[in-house]
Amino acid sequence: MLDKLLKIDRRIIFSIIGIVVIIAILFPMGLVVHVSEPVEKIYREIESLSPDSYVFLSFDYDPASMAELDPLALAVIRHCFRKDLKIVSLGLWPQGVLLGQANLEIAAEEYGKEYGIDFANLGYKTGGIVVISGISTNLRDIFPQDYIGNNVDSLPMLDGINNLDPFKLIITFSAGDPGVRHWVMIAQARYGKKIGLGSTAVQAPAFYPYLQANQLVGLAGGMKGAAEYEQLIKIPGLATAGMDAQSLAHLVIVLFIIFGNVIFLLKKRSSSS
Amino acid sequence: MILLFLIASFSISAYDTPNDAGSSITLKFSSSLPFISGEVMRKNSDGEFERMASICSSDSSWMDNFTVDGVEYFYKIVLTTEEGIVTSETVSAVSSPQWFHKGRTIMLVMVILVCGFILFFIREARGGKELYVRPIAGIEALDEAVGRATELGRPIMFITGIMDMDDLQTIAGITILRRVAKKAAEYEAQVLVPTSRSLVMTAAQETVKEAYYDAGRPDIFNPDNIFYLTDDQFGFAAGCDGIMVREKPGAIFFMGSFYAESLILAETGHSTGAIQIAGTAMPSQLPFFVTACDYTLIGEEFFAASAYLSRDPLQLGSLKGQDWGKLIFFALIVVGTVLMTFGITVIRNILMVR
Amino acid sequence: MKRQIPLLITFIVGIVMVVQYFIPRQPFAGLFDTFNQWFLIIAVFALILGLMNLVRLHVQKLRRMKGGWGYSIILLCGLVGTIFTGALWGIGTGSPFNYVFVNIQQPMGATMFALLAFFIASASFRAFRARNLDATLLLVAAVLVMIGRVTIGALIWNKLPHIAEWIMSYPNMAGQRAIMIGIALGTVSYSLRVILGIERTYLGGE
Repeated sequence: MLDKLLKIDRRIIFSIIGIVVIIAILFPMGLVVHVSEPVEKIYREIESLSPDSYVFLSFDYDPASMAELDPLALAVIRHCFRKDLKIVSLGLWPQGVLLGQANLEIAAEEYGKEYGIDFANLGYKTGGIVVISGISTNLRDIFPQDYIGNNVDSLPMLDGINNLDPFKLIITFSAGDPGVRHWVMIAQARYGKKIGLGSTAVQAPAFYPYLQANQLVGLAGGMKGAAEYEQLIKIPGLATAGMDAQSLAHLVIVLFIIFGNVIFLLKKRSSSS
Repeated sequence: MILLFLIASFSISAYDTPNDAGSSITLKFSSSLPFISGEVMRKNSDGEFERMASICSSDSSWMDNFTVDGVEYFYKIVLTTEEGIVTSETVSAVSSPQWFHKGRTIMLVMVILVCGFILFFIREARGGKELYVRPIAGIEALDEAVGRATELGRPIMFITGIMDMDDLQTIAGITILRRVAKKAAEYEAQVLVPTSRSLVMTAAQETVKEAYYDAGRPDIFNPDNIFYLTDDQFGFAAGCDGIMVREKPGAIFFMGSFYAESLILAETGHSTGAIQIAGTAMPSQLPFFVTACDYTLIGEEFFAASAYLSRDPLQLGSLKGQDWGKLIFFALIVVGTVLMTFGITVIRNILMVR
Repeated sequence: MKRQIPLLITFIVGIVMVVQYFIPRQPFAGLFDTFNQWFLIIAVFALILGLMNLVRLHVQKLRRMKGGWGYSIILLCGLVGTIFTGALWGIGTGSPFNYVFVNIQQPMGATMFALLAFFIASASFRAFRARNLDATLLLVAAVLVMIGRVTIGALIWNKLPHIAEWIMSYPNMAGQRAIMIGIALGTVSYSLRVILGIERTYLGGE
């Protein structure tokens, strides 16, 4: 019996997790989000910028990780537009371009911002680190056109913007490589740019050393990071809504772990006796 | 009088940007009084001042990346304050390229030191010195896993990660693939190698083919077993999961660079009952592999695998040199931590790479 | 000769890449980007090889009516369809390509990633057992971080988020750094073996 419980069919675990998540989404509890220091640092960095300052956003993720990174990207874009900052973006991942553009358009509509004047999307170029290195010295060499083929010279906001120099802050929404590692290696290490990171929860722990070494100005990990950011800008969104589900899912996993250990200890005791 | 005071409280300096390829001058400035807006102006010896950039109160430096080396440029900053327009003094500088990046001196010293140790021990090994390498369970289990898959009459699956051949982990994975394929050929087993990059597919095809030839079984080598799936991360994970479920491999090897797909692959593999061995240098994925696989080669063990497997004295020598390098880092960490605790920053300052 | 030339290229490129890191002036300054661009060009041509391999295998599967041939039809249609919609009507908002991206690619990708939540649950249940002192410490840390990192943690005990943050910032970071230093040294050692031609298995040679 104890053996059976220890080797419980994983489909039972999957079903319970699924049910709990659905219930939490259908009946939100509205749990309060605790804002952590690394997330607040990104917020403070954007707050310190004066209107019309340029911010660079890199959408280095794909639909698979959009559940975690899309809400954060939207919250950061909203914050930037609210502060009247100018946004230039690109995607080191091909699918990141359209995901980023969708978020830019949502926020642009809310704040009355116009494409080409307040924000621009350069699109995707293969190469990762080579692209970053290229735009650090000559942006137009790498991106003569934006994501839909407009000549970048026709976009008023890019007038006089030839490299990463005018950008006060770079934020990468990164789900892997190419991504934050390369931004730090080139833009931060070589050109001294400030880098903020929005990361998937899975890889966030690996970037804490970068944060402590001041190679990153802030770090928002996973949906939790996004929810914290939404709290900071006081615009609750998808991440805040997802927090209840995530909380309960974590709780269920912990309960399973406790359950597994109780059975394990009982089995150990019965076999020793 | 107020303006004079403002000028006095605003300092500016210009200098050739250090450690660069030339064509760049850095401007440093500081103001103790707030200003509304500021503009950087530039001219060369026979021209007029032109506006180059605007600055805000949080800025303290600006880099001019459009200079001609050897030409003297003059700079001034014009500030708009609540009291009026303030112009800084004019400063000048000449840009030039450098032959050596001084900020990376310590890095060069470290590279020479670590490479020196490695080359020294490679020489020692070449001279016939016996070198001990501690047993690594994951590597010793490679043959056992191949054997078990053969006993079960099932194929072996080998995944070299999702990165391209420019990633050292992929190369390390291909190296281990060679050993696994050779063993599989000896046992007349088939090795399935789905890849997410075309170049990896080409390299893997060549490696497996050579392994089957080495084992004297070119007749059972099937190039169609090494195939390209997709560059898309989770598309690749879905494809591999499908193969695991359909083909039910007896042994699965994850050797290379993995990201969030690691657990999706390893858990599916676990559910098929395959013996699983993973090796990666991705710190964030290690916990997942440790949880779901039978053996995991952690970071440097993964890179050491080929040396361990080949028992080539030259390769083993490089491992020994690597260990000495680690000893130096360990000593620096201990000494640095103790000194920093007492507020002495000398080690930190020496080791800082700019 | 077949093996000597690639080894020579590896040696020269390897040494040049190390040297360029320490010499900021031209022509060394641009070498890193140049070599990476060459790699990309080669990789793009290799992509054609990969595509040909993919198409060949699935056409073969269809011809022989091997098990799962229906999936091959879907794959080939998807491949050709996506290429054509992108090439004919562009990728902007409202284009057929964008429609495929938003309505097929996005949900499928998100579904695969979402599987992680379920797999983490089953893997945690299996792996976190208090077998000995080390495993118990791991178990306790995992539970504290799992609960402390979500909003319900603060509700249970308001110190939990701080404890989770402390675990992430200190013990976790110490471990991460130790592994990273080991990996970095392993990388240096392995690179040196590749550059010097001691490690040549990846070229197809022993």
